[in-house]
Amino acid sequence: MSLTLALAAVLAIAAAAAYLGRNKAAGLRGGGARLNSLPSYHGGYVFLWAALPPLLLLAIWLPIHNALVEQAVSASPAGQQLPDFAMVREAILTEAREIATGQREAGFNPESAKLAPVYRSTMAHYAWIGGGLAILLALAGAAWALTRVRASFRARSGVERWVMGALVGASLIAILTTLGIVLSLLFESLRFFSMVPPAEFLFGTQWSPQMALRADQAGSSGAFGSLPLFWGTVFIGAIIAMVVAIPLGLMSAIFLTQYAPAKLRSVLKPALEILAGIPTVVYGYFAALTVAPAVRDIGINLGVGSASSESALAAGLVMGIMIIPLVSSMADDSIAAVPQSMRDGSLALGATRSETIKKVVLPAALPGVVGGVLLAVSRAIGETMIVVMAAGLAANLTLNPFESVTTVTTQIVQLLTGDQEFDSPKTLAAFALGLVLFVITLILNLIALRVVRKYREAYE
Amino acid sequence: MTQEKQPITTNSAVPFPSTAVAAEAARDDAGIAKEDTAWTDRPEPAAGLAPITVAAPTPEPQDTAEGAPGRAPKMRADSISVFYGEKQALKDVSIQIHEDRVTAFIGPSGCGKSTFLRCFNRMNDTISGARVTGRIELDGEDINSAQMDVVHLRARVGMVFQKPNPFPKSIFENVAYGPRIHGLADKKADLEGIVEKSLKRAGLWDEVKDRLAESGTALSGGQQQRLCIARAIAVDPEVILMDEPASALDPIATAKIEELIHELRGRYAIAIVTHNMQQAARVSQRTAFFHLGELIEYGRTSDIFTNPREERTQDYITGRYG
Repeated sequence: MSLTLALAAVLAIAAAAAYLGRNKAAGLRGGGARLNSLPSYHGGYVFLWAALPPLLLLAIWLPIHNALVEQAVSASPAGQQLPDFAMVREAILTEAREIATGQREAGFNPESAKLAPVYRSTMAHYAWIGGGLAILLALAGAAWALTRVRASFRARSGVERWVMGALVGASLIAILTTLGIVLSLLFESLRFFSMVPPAEFLFGTQWSPQMALRADQAGSSGAFGSLPLFWGTVFIGAIIAMVVAIPLGLMSAIFLTQYAPAKLRSVLKPALEILAGIPTVVYGYFAALTVAPAVRDIGINLGVGSASSESALAAGLVMGIMIIPLVSSMADDSIAAVPQSMRDGSLALGATRSETIKKVVLPAALPGVVGGVLLAVSRAIGETMIVVMAAGLAANLTLNPFESVTTVTTQIVQLLTGDQEFDSPKTLAAFALGLVLFVITLILNLIALRVVRKYREAYE
Repeated sequence: MTQEKQPITTNSAVPFPSTAVAAEAARDDAGIAKEDTAWTDRPEPAAGLAPITVAAPTPEPQDTAEGAPGRAPKMRADSISVFYGEKQALKDVSIQIHEDRVTAFIGPSGCGKSTFLRCFNRMNDTISGARVTGRIELDGEDINSAQMDVVHLRARVGMVFQKPNPFPKSIFENVAYGPRIHGLADKKADLEGIVEKSLKRAGLWDEVKDRLAESGTALSGGQQQRLCIARAIAVDPEVILMDEPASALDPIATAKIEELIHELRGRYAIAIVTHNMQQAARVSQRTAFFHLGELIEYGRTSDIFTNPREERTQDYITGRYG
């Protein structure tokens, strides 16, 4: 019996039990009893008890299943004869499993053919155990829940508890995943920091992660000073992009909320939001193919000899454009939240519309706008595609926007692309970079959320 | 009948004598401009006052009879109708607002009194879909004409709103806001002078003089409203419109505002919308009663409250509805 079959059986049992429970409750009502809950709730309650525990069991069983099978196969007489070398051994076991499950006809290694029947019978054996347990659990749950179907039984609140449990489970998955990501980042980073001192990583100005493969190899010293990377990230994401995004986003938000007639607004706002819907990779090649050459030509015309075809300016400009909808929609919200009475007060004093916006609306909306800008910065410095395509790889510590700089995300991509060994500092550096970037964006987001929340309290 | 209604006017908790209303009324009658036609068209309650005639709506020199400073109305509204989209909020209302006098607009909710008030400084412009027809003059000048800059109009016709709406700035900056945008003070000392004078006139100076740098929003509701009045005064307007200025305040703060209105009366033409009939009786010399977008009755406050011509007015002020 396969586990799929067990799954179907569990669902069938649960459905049948639900039907029985519902009928039993309906029968009680037919007998003149006043039910606490509708019969359908009794049915639902029975179903949940019959279906969910075995489903949970199967969810846990599946990952264990393969390990158990593999262990049993290795322990079998045929398995004992396998070679000790782990790679060969695993290859044979994989082939045997694939033959056993019908994924392939014959194995490359002759041993796998011998092992396949063993594999097949072991799998069936454990599937029987798992499936059997699940079905038993379903039957037990159904029986238990059916005995509880009584007139006074509060099936409705019982169902409610299951619903709450499901919701808690869903949010737990999100939280635990985040936790898992942070922990994996942390542990890999710790491995990196055991090879490279944190001070050198954080404050060093030399970035050259190439490690020497042979002792006599020249030019690959492996310098892990991440300062040029973070400078490039800040230069592109927090300086150039914001110089573009803040004025444009803010002004478009002001126009949309204060000046545009309702009809125009209903067209312009979605149009602006289309910007947010463009995939970043499209922005990336727009930056690399259209903007970057134009920026380089401008730089050369301005007499900047070092103007590069992969410049901080090109990447920053395009990233700024990409961020506009974010800034504009946050600014839009906070400007719209400034009470009309405040605007009226200013207008009634004889202020013009732009004076009112400049002196009353914007100062009142400032916390919200600042929050939006901080969120935009944290988005910009975590952005990858545009800088990978347009910013270049040279880790320069430069103030010249026409020169090429590199960013943290670009370097992470570089470090992890291709075949990698996960025990060299070169690869592990990616995790350390990711960790620092994560901490920075986390702090920015926390500040932004706090600022925005404080602002909301002031006006509601 | 007069006896029954008398308590309304005397039932005041204001710091100035309640007899003030009657006294004002008597004094004021001398100064009524002749174009106050509709409501003067009846026997005067007291003898020996200015002769009332139903005259053409132009001021005439003989208005100054009896030594009272009779003069042309500061503002005149002529057949004003306001539409919000398809809905007509105000129907053909004509009224005059005089200097040295407080005109109260009373009536039940939704009767159009606030809408009407907002016509005088064109605040209805800020509401999309609002349309105003008719003519409003400020010193004989059409405020809706192309020559009239709405920014200048609003500097001359100030407004105080129902809910105190100080800017989220310091007390000083709140008052200095208007003078700054209109360039009324070149030097810092001048600006400080304007701020001090305005706060003094609004009766707030003593309470805030030591904390001008604090936020205006940190003041109490009544103080905030007086700050808003100081803010309006600071641009030296000729007319002040007040849209239920005390409706969001407690009785003590309300009394202060009323006292303030009383003091400001000598300097500015004041029009006040109020829900509170006692307040209208206490602070105003002219009262206009609105109902369902129509002006039902307009006259001396003492008359409206003691001897209304219209049954609807009487029903409203005696609390039968509204």
